[in-house]
Amino acid sequence: MVVSKTILFLEDVIVSFDGFKALNNLNFSMDKGELRCLIGPNGAGKSTLLDVVTGKVRPDQGRVILGENIDLTRLKEEEIANTGVGRKFQTPTVFETLTVRENLELSVKQNKRVMTMVFKSLKNNSLQSVDETLEIIGLEEKQNNRSGLLAHGEKQWLEIGMVMVQNPELLLIDEPVAGMTDTETEKTADLLRTISENRSVLVIEHDMKFVRELESRVTVLHEGSVICEGSIDHIHNDPRVIELYLGREKKIA
Amino acid sequence: MQSFPIQQNIEKRIGKATLLLFAFFFVFIMPFLNFFTSPESFFHISDFTLNLFGKFLSYAILALGIDLIWGFTGILSLGHGVFFGLGGYCMGMYLSLAIGSSGVYQSKLPDFMVWNRVKELPFFWEPFHSFPITLLCAILVPAIFASLFGFLAFRTRVKGVYFAIITQALALSAWLVFNRNEINLGGTNGLTNFKKILGFSLQDVETQRFLYIATAVTLCLAYMICKYIVQSRAGKILLAIRDSENRVLYSGYTPSNYKVFVFAISAVLAGIAGALYVPQVGIITPGKIGVLPSIEMVIWVAVGGRGTLSGAILGAVSVNWMRSFLTSNYPDYWLYFLGGMFVLVVQFIPDGLIGLFKRSLKKILSLINR
Repeated sequence: MVVSKTILFLEDVIVSFDGFKALNNLNFSMDKGELRCLIGPNGAGKSTLLDVVTGKVRPDQGRVILGENIDLTRLKEEEIANTGVGRKFQTPTVFETLTVRENLELSVKQNKRVMTMVFKSLKNNSLQSVDETLEIIGLEEKQNNRSGLLAHGEKQWLEIGMVMVQNPELLLIDEPVAGMTDTETEKTADLLRTISENRSVLVIEHDMKFVRELESRVTVLHEGSVICEGSIDHIHNDPRVIELYLGREKKIA
Repeated sequence: MQSFPIQQNIEKRIGKATLLLFAFFFVFIMPFLNFFTSPESFFHISDFTLNLFGKFLSYAILALGIDLIWGFTGILSLGHGVFFGLGGYCMGMYLSLAIGSSGVYQSKLPDFMVWNRVKELPFFWEPFHSFPITLLCAILVPAIFASLFGFLAFRTRVKGVYFAIITQALALSAWLVFNRNEINLGGTNGLTNFKKILGFSLQDVETQRFLYIATAVTLCLAYMICKYIVQSRAGKILLAIRDSENRVLYSGYTPSNYKVFVFAISAVLAGIAGALYVPQVGIITPGKIGVLPSIEMVIWVAVGGRGTLSGAILGAVSVNWMRSFLTSNYPDYWLYFLGGMFVLVVQFIPDGLIGLFKRSLKKILSLINR
């Protein structure tokens, strides 16, 4: 038996905007090394959950713990990023005027203070991990191109690469395959499986086919709380889920 | 438009050569032509012209600073006149004290204090008896002020147009403050009637020539420092902040630290520019601080081409050159011209004069290569 440890733990988290509870007594936990999908209808609180974990939104109440005892509600966004939580945004967000390589070199784990960045150059082992990441995301050939010139799918991969190269323990990935072609989607699924070999990954996704492809545990969110959790087949047979969410997507399932 | 690497290389070399040529021209040739040629000669540069260009080059130093914060980092500041003024007033105070008792009232105090019945030199004037301390203040005062202002604004995540507006409010309030007689900085009339700098007469052609050379050399140094910064990894972060500040934040950087840093650097450049401007022009008034001059400074950079250092210099020199030509020949139309130019540049050449130059160069080269 492997003793599984928790990487992320949320307990009784409440976030309200003007009385509307975006997260309502949410309890959620994820194991180290796990690949997990988070689904739910619009407004279910998926993105708010990511906002809470990355420090963008402070919960009104509840605990958010990374690893054994790091309280994320007390840290600033950049501190959380440096502690080991990487986040990929919903729309591809890369530094468009910089080259693909420069994008990764900025993101790589390193001392990120102003004076270091003014006077010091990048260390060799960081350069190495940039090279490795370029290979994994398949953009070696285009490393010296301006990233603004990349195709939509390539931008998504670059951003995933930027998050990877930070060497986080936990990656939060928001809708990685939105707007991608089928081949691109497949490639992204491969990429995410590769990443999750030695890291914990939480993916938010609407595309049920893609979720099925990832073969991971799935958590269903509705009105700010978890209503169901388990394998994709388990989810599909849960009457509440069918009623609330999958009813509209039965064809795909 | 992506061109071949070889051609890009040639473009870069031509750009560098042009830059060096200009630097050489401004630092050596201009003063040389002023000093060694006879006034009748076609190549002669008059004392007046040299002095004029001394003023333009000091503006160019300021433009470099505005380009760092606006062109590279994407933060529009409409308050750089304030930092220019802070540096200028530091130098102005030194020059006022250097008059000694040879002013109109033969008092040890500057003339305006005598009119205002000020009996003793205000305490904050004391350090400006010393020239080195004055220079230090012209750098430190804008730096400290900009850091504080930037810290408050950027920490609270004031961004975009809101930041532009509060810097404009800063310019307006600084203008109001410097206009008041109570603060003992000469009120509306500012500081003027300077006589000497370090014992040398400011009316002397030699002194003015030296000030010109000092300005040209300072501009070269400022350019090199800015170039170093934008080519460093911190420079890439500045561009990254311009592209997507949130991505920078979630990549583990503290964008506000970078913004305070670049805002302070640009304020220091403005302060140095002010300190070089004042002895060459002979006067500093609140008129140099307000909203209007601050906006004009931004226009120089827009016209020259923001996001490139040479563009900032080109813009500052060319717009002001045109200004001095037009205000002496068609004084009524200058402002229409400035406004029209701004509109035209924004509409048709958003990358400014330097962009126009670069694109023409590219075209010519690809024609030759064919």
